Amino acid sequence: MRILIVEDDREAASYLLKAFTETGHVADHAADGLDAYAMAKDGPYDVLVVDRMLPKLDGLTLIERLRAESFDTPVLILSALGDVDDRVKGLRAGGDDYLPKPYSFAELLARVEVLARRRPGRTEETVYRVGDLELDRLSHVVRRGGAEIDVQPREFRLLEYLMKNAGQVVTRTMLLENVWDYHFDPGTNVIDVHVSRLRSKVDKGFDKPLLHTVRGAGYMIRDGAR
Amino acid sequence: MTALGKLVRTTAFKLMAVYLLVFTLFAAGLLGYFFWNAERLLGAQINSSIDSEIAALADEYNQGGIVRLVSAIERRSRQPGSLLYLLITPESDALAGNVSSLPDDVFDKSGWNEVPYTRYNDASAQNRTALVRVFALQDGYKLLVGLDLEEQHRVRAIMATASLWSAGFIVILGVAGGWFVTRRVLHRLDDINETSRSIVEGDLSRRLAVAGTNDEIDRLATTTNTMLDRIQELMVGLKEVSDNIAHDLKTPLTRLRNRAEEALRASKTEEDYREALEKTIEESDRLIGTFNALLMIARAEAGQIETAMSEFDAAEVAHGVAELYEPVAEERGVVLVVEAPARIIVRGNRELIGQAVANLVDNALKHGTTGEKPEVRVSAASAGGLVRIAVADTGEGIAPQDRDRVLERFVRLEASRSRPGSGLGLSLAAAVAKLHGGALRLEDNAPGLRVVLELPDRPAAT
Repeated sequence: MRILIVEDDREAASYLLKAFTETGHVADHAADGLDAYAMAKDGPYDVLVVDRMLPKLDGLTLIERLRAESFDTPVLILSALGDVDDRVKGLRAGGDDYLPKPYSFAELLARVEVLARRRPGRTEETVYRVGDLELDRLSHVVRRGGAEIDVQPREFRLLEYLMKNAGQVVTRTMLLENVWDYHFDPGTNVIDVHVSRLRSKVDKGFDKPLLHTVRGAGYMIRDGAR
Repeated sequence: MTALGKLVRTTAFKLMAVYLLVFTLFAAGLLGYFFWNAERLLGAQINSSIDSEIAALADEYNQGGIVRLVSAIERRSRQPGSLLYLLITPESDALAGNVSSLPDDVFDKSGWNEVPYTRYNDASAQNRTALVRVFALQDGYKLLVGLDLEEQHRVRAIMATASLWSAGFIVILGVAGGWFVTRRVLHRLDDINETSRSIVEGDLSRRLAVAGTNDEIDRLATTTNTMLDRIQELMVGLKEVSDNIAHDLKTPLTRLRNRAEEALRASKTEEDYREALEKTIEESDRLIGTFNALLMIARAEAGQIETAMSEFDAAEVAHGVAELYEPVAEERGVVLVVEAPARIIVRGNRELIGQAVANLVDNALKHGTTGEKPEVRVSAASAGGLVRIAVADTGEGIAPQDRDRVLERFVRLEASRSRPGSGLGLSLAAAVAKLHGGALRLEDNAPGLRVVLELPDRPAAT
């Protein structure tokens, strides 16, 4: 996918360009808000990665301007101001996701990919299917191979989020934010425990695991053939 | 700078000078008024006595003509301390009276006049002045009646001297009083300055002298001392924190470096390198987490989290956090109970309070699960204007003497040193409580520890 990186720090920008290129994406770079504005308007980007602190035009203003002109490409805001209200401000300005620095590239990549692949149609589907696993969003029933699996409400939401982003890496932080609506560090790796519980229900007794752990990044649900 | 020059430049001196000026003006005004009134009264008295004398003599004249007038004047002149009389004929010859010499033109002037005169049969008195009035009778006779002004002059002199003395006395008194006060104030201010200077130079243990008079300077000194206590407290805290940070961040940093070195030295396969790098990343993530927690504490303590506070249900937070940790508890064989039956609407920062409660639950699961049947109880209740979110465990608890200490940053009791954790969890919870105008209380759960996050129903607007 095509990514526009808006970052004034040269080193950070070149690191991101390199990393995105290595992971099979096409990335461009703008060093200030005005350039970014022009490039975003011209180029067919799938996602924008915008730093908050920019010369000439700060990140939030840039996003507000683009949004005012019904520019609907997803935007992820990077910020050194890893504060609770900064995220609120960022999302209010029209950002779709927010990542405080320092971040791990795996986290950024996962979030960018989820943003860029947001399939508007997916949310309207009433049944998510991955391999022989299906989740009915209306009746709250989970089946694998036709047999019903008993899940707790929270496990259902966890599985729903994973299946909505099937084939995508989702990080622990993303799960915490999207399934629990918490934006803090839980200290212990509670998410792992929740996922392994879910895994024991979804994969146990089946020879093909669907719920995969992606080392150093997070989790992914997918049908083995990818 | 000379002592005097220094004195003149001080506020105290300026104030004193202004007071003195005002005071002197006031006193002068008062004395002047008194003086002027006395003069007026004396003058009026003299005038009226001369007028009445003239009227009386005119009466005599009207009744018995010039002869009777002359005898009346003679009679009156002989009395001691009498007024001055002089009756002259149309030819300007003296006919009767007790004045021997007068300026020649006095009879040509009308109204009141002050003139020098000599009394008849009086050699001693020279240069006397009198207030005189000439009254023209019929047939060209003129009658002069006057009064010696000596008395009035003496009174006036006495009053003037008295006024001068009192004015001088007032000024001297004022200057002396002012000088004394100024000196005293200056002296104390100099002390304060001198002490402040040594504090600025780094001796934070010094305090300003308090005289015990509870005046403004004393109150200022007391307030300043309180401020200094606070600053010292903060400095000590800062030193402790930086020491702790240095210590606690040094350890993982050293580990990080050692791992990397080891990887360089010992790694053979790509797999080894990969593993070493992954461990490095994990370690740096932990470091970042510690830094973030520190920043959050610092911000919460400084009251700098200006997030729009929202209204949320504290019971829901208790349930939510417990639910998040429930699998962890189960893994460790701990029963996790939630007691939050009713909705408890709190106004605050849901994020931070959630983080604080999560820290408490995390702590309870890490350190409070040593009992027979380990249980962690999360409860939320509202009573008496306070919302209490409590996390209780059945572990070993914390000795009362250690309870204050564990709230400090990085403090980890010996027993828990071996377990994972940054030692920031409780500090953060305490900072969050403080930010919301509440407090974090550590209580005995007998057995175990109960940590209570106490929030006011209507938190102070911070």
